[in-house]
Amino acid sequence: MANASDPRVDARTGTPTTGHEWDGIAELNTPLPRWWLWTFYLCIIWSVAYWIVYPAWPGITGWTAGVWGWNSRTAVVQDLQELKTMRAAGEAKLSAAKLEDIEKNPELLSIARAQGAAAFANNCAPCHGAGAQGAVGYPNLNDDEWLWGGKLADIQTTLQHGIRWDADKDTRSGAMPAFGKDGTLKADEIKNVAQYVRSLSGLSNEGGADLAKGKKVFADNCAACHGDDGKGNQELGAPNLTDKIWLYGNSTAAIENRIAVGGGGQMPAWGDRLDPTTIKALTVYVHSLGGGK
Amino acid sequence: MDVRIDEKQAGESVSPATLVSGGAAPAEDGALYEARRQIYPQSVSGTFRRIKWIILAVTLGIYYLLPFVRWDRGPDAPNQAVLVDLEHNRFYFFFIEIWPQEVYYITGLMILAALGLFLMNALAGRVWCGYLCPQTVWTDLFLAIERLAEGDRRERMRKDAGPWNVQRVAEKIVKHSLWLAIAWWTGGAWVLYFNDAPTLVRQLATFHAPAIAYIWIAILTGTTYILAGFMREQVCLYMCPWPRIQAALTDENALNVTYRYDRGEPRMSVKKAKAARSLGGPAGDCVDCGQCVAVCPTGVDIRGGLNMGCIQCGLCIDACDNVMRKIGRPERLIAYDTDVNIQRRQAGMQNVFKPVRVRTVLYTVLILGIGGLMAGKLLTRADASLAVIHDRNPLFVTLSTGEIRNGYTVRFANMAPKSRHFILKVEGLPGSRFEVIGEDKNTSGREDLDIGPDQTRETRLLVFSGTAKPQGNSTPLRFVVTDETGKTVATAKDFFRAP
Repeated sequence: MANASDPRVDARTGTPTTGHEWDGIAELNTPLPRWWLWTFYLCIIWSVAYWIVYPAWPGITGWTAGVWGWNSRTAVVQDLQELKTMRAAGEAKLSAAKLEDIEKNPELLSIARAQGAAAFANNCAPCHGAGAQGAVGYPNLNDDEWLWGGKLADIQTTLQHGIRWDADKDTRSGAMPAFGKDGTLKADEIKNVAQYVRSLSGLSNEGGADLAKGKKVFADNCAACHGDDGKGNQELGAPNLTDKIWLYGNSTAAIENRIAVGGGGQMPAWGDRLDPTTIKALTVYVHSLGGGK
Repeated sequence: MDVRIDEKQAGESVSPATLVSGGAAPAEDGALYEARRQIYPQSVSGTFRRIKWIILAVTLGIYYLLPFVRWDRGPDAPNQAVLVDLEHNRFYFFFIEIWPQEVYYITGLMILAALGLFLMNALAGRVWCGYLCPQTVWTDLFLAIERLAEGDRRERMRKDAGPWNVQRVAEKIVKHSLWLAIAWWTGGAWVLYFNDAPTLVRQLATFHAPAIAYIWIAILTGTTYILAGFMREQVCLYMCPWPRIQAALTDENALNVTYRYDRGEPRMSVKKAKAARSLGGPAGDCVDCGQCVAVCPTGVDIRGGLNMGCIQCGLCIDACDNVMRKIGRPERLIAYDTDVNIQRRQAGMQNVFKPVRVRTVLYTVLILGIGGLMAGKLLTRADASLAVIHDRNPLFVTLSTGEIRNGYTVRFANMAPKSRHFILKVEGLPGSRFEVIGEDKNTSGREDLDIGPDQTRETRLLVFSGTAKPQGNSTPLRFVVTDETGKTVATAKDFFRAP
């Protein structure tokens, strides 16, 4: 192809030049194979196919749907549907299993924990924390102290009907009176009983309170719910005051505040929001966090 | 691809100004795109052709038949010797079973393959390209079929230039049918590596195989048919990165298929050479018969020197040897040689061959090192594993008794093809106790777990401080898994966090 006498052929290499020259330097022309050009054209044609097959052009009221009718929104719906189908078998097993049997079966346990973890993150984590570690006023679900019972059935009931959730007639109720606010107890009585409560779990007497007087106040006002020994009553959601776990903290100020103001936190009833299998899964998940009875 | 560098042309000096055409449109031969020049490689016989046939038979034999080789792994594992089980995330290779987390074996294999390629290249150039590359092997096979159906080089050229007739159509149909059959079987063999081969063959034959199998067969049928039947040398010249990398990796001591121009030049006819020799004048052995070009599968002229288009298959050596024998001159006018040696011979010095060089030693040491490392890792491969992840949130939990509890997610893997009984213990915090969710509460400081064959089990594990008083906020723990004989099969480390 190259001819050495042709001025458009580089004599040294025998390769034709493109005719472009810069300061005496000519550009060699090493031609690309033609099939490569065809693949380029083919790609252009291929790209046109996308306009036809997929949603492409916007219009006034919508867009061109494409011959396959595919779009990312229907794809998401379809994916979710497929996910549902995929999980259906496990869900059916979970739904059929007795609550007490789930933890003994590794397969059911792993299904329940997976579903429970997802449901927990979606519904419970805002109050109880991502790791169910709780916060002041929101119980830590990892520990072994339960206001309303830590057996599987107790947890399920709590989830189903909520706590102090008036919209559910079966909700768990029982409120701590506001002893200070409504004038039942005087300031020094609150001070004494607060220190007495601290002493129940071995905490020091701060501010030189009279523990004997405190004990009397406790017996007259608190023991009805918290028990004579202060060990609490799960029927009423009255916490055990003798252990190391304090929902609102164990400082003198925190305890005095609880006695003065009373009340208690709320938890929604999930029975009308979540399906029974999800509640079952959540029950097992919370129970398996470590504190379950 | 053009044959370039004619000594005479290169010697002529042309002033740069005459090289350019002053902005005129490119001449016809200066077109920006080049039509493919059909290459009609001629058949040849000889040493290298024989080597190529043997390698072709062995490599294709392995590829097509390996999926049918069986290997007994017991009742709970597949009995196919080489199997990529994507569904269950396992790779089986005879006695080796690899789990996804052991993908570094594949990485090691890749490194070995690359180093092997470098070593081959340092010793004898493009051995891979000329003999082992799938593109070369399948093209060789397709060329043999082409020759069978349509005749050798000259016949094919004559027929392609001539008019269509019944015989030519029949020959083309035979050729393409055979090509498609081989291409189809190539795709078919590929999918057999991903599923139980006999089962899949039965499913394929009765059209009950999964759709993905047919799709892959179709894709590989298409690529084999197009790449080996039509693209051929275009793949090596324009698509493959290895010639470019190879050119940068090679050195002057690597053996290459070389035209010994010290012996060949000046080219002249047998008769003229005889006359010249009798007069004591210079006479080359090359008779310019063009056989080396005729047999070349990429259409290069080896006499132009080292060339990127040359895949170094050695067929021109066979072709030239046949001619040299006929004209009574010594063989190996084209041979595995180096340019260094040609220049040494021209200067009256001895040939030197230096297979032991820094790079060959380095590649060999690296290959042995990595190969040894992999072999050692395989031989001591654990068939059980334990992974422990500490709860991130909360790091620890204070219980009603004041005791501290830590939570962990643990995953046991039984990588053996049989059901096993494991015993788990947690060491490092005397006085502590642990529980596994879903198991009966243990009192003996150990937890017994049964894990199915080739399975993993993830669960939650709780460590209680018990009577222990953890010193500081972090105490190292050791999780030990033993089998029934008391042999430690897996361990993991983590920490016990405290306030």
